Amino acid sequence: MCVGVPGKVIERDEYTAIVEVMGSRMKVGIILVPDVQVGDYVLVHAGKALQIVDEEYARASVEAWALIGELREQGVLEESDR
Amino acid sequence: MSSQQVSLEHGEGGELSHKLLREVFVSRFGHAEESKWDAARLAVPEGRIALTTDTFTLQPLFVNGCNIGKLAVAGTVNDLTVSGAVPRYLTAGFVIEEGFPVRDLVTIVDAMAAEAQKSGVRIVAGDTKIVKRGTIGGVIINTAGVGVIPPEFDLHPEAMREGDAVIVSGPIGDHAVAVLAARGELGVMTDLPSDCTSLYPMIRRVRETGAAIRFMRDPTRGGLATALVEIAEDFGAEIEIEQEAVPIRPEVEGVCEILGYDPLYFASEGKAVLIVAEADAPRVLQALRETEEGKEAAVIGRIVGRGEGKVLLKSALGSRRRVLRLQGMQLPRIC
Amino acid sequence: MDTAVRSPLAAALAQTKDPVLARRLLDRVKDLAERFIARHGRPAAIMEVCGSHTHALAETGVKDALRGAVRLISGPGCPVCVTDQAEIDAMIALAEGQGRIIATFGDMLRVPGSRGSLMKAKVEKGADVRVVYSPSDAVRIAAEHPDREVIFLGVGFETTIPILAAAVAEAEALGLRNFSLWMSTNLVEPVMRHLLESGEVRIDGFLLPGHVATVIGRQGFLFLAEEYRKPGVIAGFEVNELLSSLYLLLELLLAGRAEVLNNYPSVVREDGNPAARRLMERYFVPVDQPWREMGIIPQSGMDFREAYARFDAKRKFPVRVGKPKPTACRCGEVIRGLIEPDACPLFGRACTPEHAIGPCMVSSEGACAAHYKYLRA
Repeated sequence: MCVGVPGKVIERDEYTAIVEVMGSRMKVGIILVPDVQVGDYVLVHAGKALQIVDEEYARASVEAWALIGELREQGVLEESDR
Repeated sequence: MSSQQVSLEHGEGGELSHKLLREVFVSRFGHAEESKWDAARLAVPEGRIALTTDTFTLQPLFVNGCNIGKLAVAGTVNDLTVSGAVPRYLTAGFVIEEGFPVRDLVTIVDAMAAEAQKSGVRIVAGDTKIVKRGTIGGVIINTAGVGVIPPEFDLHPEAMREGDAVIVSGPIGDHAVAVLAARGELGVMTDLPSDCTSLYPMIRRVRETGAAIRFMRDPTRGGLATALVEIAEDFGAEIEIEQEAVPIRPEVEGVCEILGYDPLYFASEGKAVLIVAEADAPRVLQALRETEEGKEAAVIGRIVGRGEGKVLLKSALGSRRRVLRLQGMQLPRIC
Repeated sequence: MDTAVRSPLAAALAQTKDPVLARRLLDRVKDLAERFIARHGRPAAIMEVCGSHTHALAETGVKDALRGAVRLISGPGCPVCVTDQAEIDAMIALAEGQGRIIATFGDMLRVPGSRGSLMKAKVEKGADVRVVYSPSDAVRIAAEHPDREVIFLGVGFETTIPILAAAVAEAEALGLRNFSLWMSTNLVEPVMRHLLESGEVRIDGFLLPGHVATVIGRQGFLFLAEEYRKPGVIAGFEVNELLSSLYLLLELLLAGRAEVLNNYPSVVREDGNPAARRLMERYFVPVDQPWREMGIIPQSGMDFREAYARFDAKRKFPVRVGKPKPTACRCGEVIRGLIEPDACPLFGRACTPEHAIGPCMVSSEGACAAHYKYLRA
């Protein structure tokens, strides 16, 4: 439905921000995220920042997935651990 | 040179043409002797020769890390190099727009001379035509190249077999991303320079190892995917690439994520794909990594069979998908 | 990258693609998938509503790795695939009008109409069709060419509609009279209701579109659980976001719980993005919208409010097209999840990405293109 990519806000003015995605940059509109600050990560779609990425939730998600991954029977050494 | 801009009069074969030739081209390419004749007269070297030609259009003409002159020399040197030849001579044909700044032309020609020197190649013949303003985007350059294939060193695609290593000499797609950013059309900005460079000095090191190289190709237009598909189809090889092993710079990945592009189809202008006998892969990799251009070289896959030529990409999850030629052109997508 | 000092957030974002975690999650998903099969005698049928999920599931290898374990059904979430053929034909006819600049997302360029495509109109008839990354780029083109009419082809779901609204806001602020939008948008809730009520395809649960959810929020999907007793998990698009979402969905299915979980909370809030919804509601209202081979679904698209009719390309440039030319293409059934792409007689033979008969083969997130590119090895 929609390609979206997280990028870090490195500059902003009233209506636009410069967002860095893995070292490349893009100017995006911020009309949909008026509270965005320099240093925030935003989700970018079609040239606009659509939402501010929440750090706490992002970290919590990763931790939750790691737990799912560890639900395997204890003591079984997985291929990726060797 | 007295003129600031190239004019149609520079193409009329008179005094102005002569001055342009002497002051801009001959002084830089150092082919005063050859230019006295209508054709360069050259000694025929031993062995077979490799001959190629390519016409270069680059918009804009000046990109971070590359200009059309550098590209025109490196491009042809690279075609000779990956064909197994030692590049020797180039010709350079220029089509220039009326009004083109002579200063820019000098910059371009300087870049060509410098790039030729890196591989010990001489530019021995040239031509200049002037066309109306606004017709070709500044300048178009054609280079033709002659190289020598030494009898003791040749490529042997017919020997390609299961287990052969597929090596790429460094991260892919830098040139495409640098050009995209320089065009400014899609709003993408990056500091990443084009990887445009002549491959001969690097490949010479690889040849010195004596390794059995089956085949080489430079993944320019159409990118790594297209280069591999062509090798697979032309020589009936099944190639399997590990998705995670393909070196891609973060800046290139970032641009791809923003625009929805696939880096496998992005052009490089200073990379080589090498198919190498399994046992020789470590020393080829080492030789590549000892050069500046090849220090990020990596084994990205293997030949897994012969027969119907195809390329498979193995994901981190172990599933495989078939890699196809680029369909049309890459377009920025929202979906 | 490995040695660079990264912020905790950057590290978390990198984890969404981590291959080691992916292999572990895949095993866990398979465990649950097998338990589902053991209990029901068939694999769980899970629809990914979003076309970007279709693309991502194929590209990351998740779909292939789960073959036989989970039945992943592609839904009606690829904007160019669900757009009615008469609309596509109208857009191409529009592009052929003299003196106009048509600006579009790249996705639309090669979509086949009854005769030709935007690409063909550009190459063969000299139509001025320009691919842009953002609708705002079209506004800029209009400002630079005050003597030309610039029309942006406004396709998309709730993720994109606020961005179309933002472009109208920009054109309004600049006082542009030569910018307009051809609106052909789609809303996800009405089409999901349509699918569930038609009962044409069995769906146990939904992988819900994460980027639509950034706009409409988790609340926008609660109807699934409350009215249809179907579970759903809002998912991101990287490999571990997909796998963990499938895991959570299978957990819900095994527990018999009809709930809507948010597994993309880093960008999806309970109430979505109210600022985005306010902006789209300022310019647009829900309208009855025709969908490819699904007919008109009530209130399933958005179009201009009367007060902004001056930006409405459909009113400025009325286009008449005949009835679309019928083909053997079965896109309509593919987007409803009724058939797999290779069940279509044209698939891979008459219809390939290079010579597409239907939009599902053209769009990179179309089910047919994903199947052709990624799953034919």
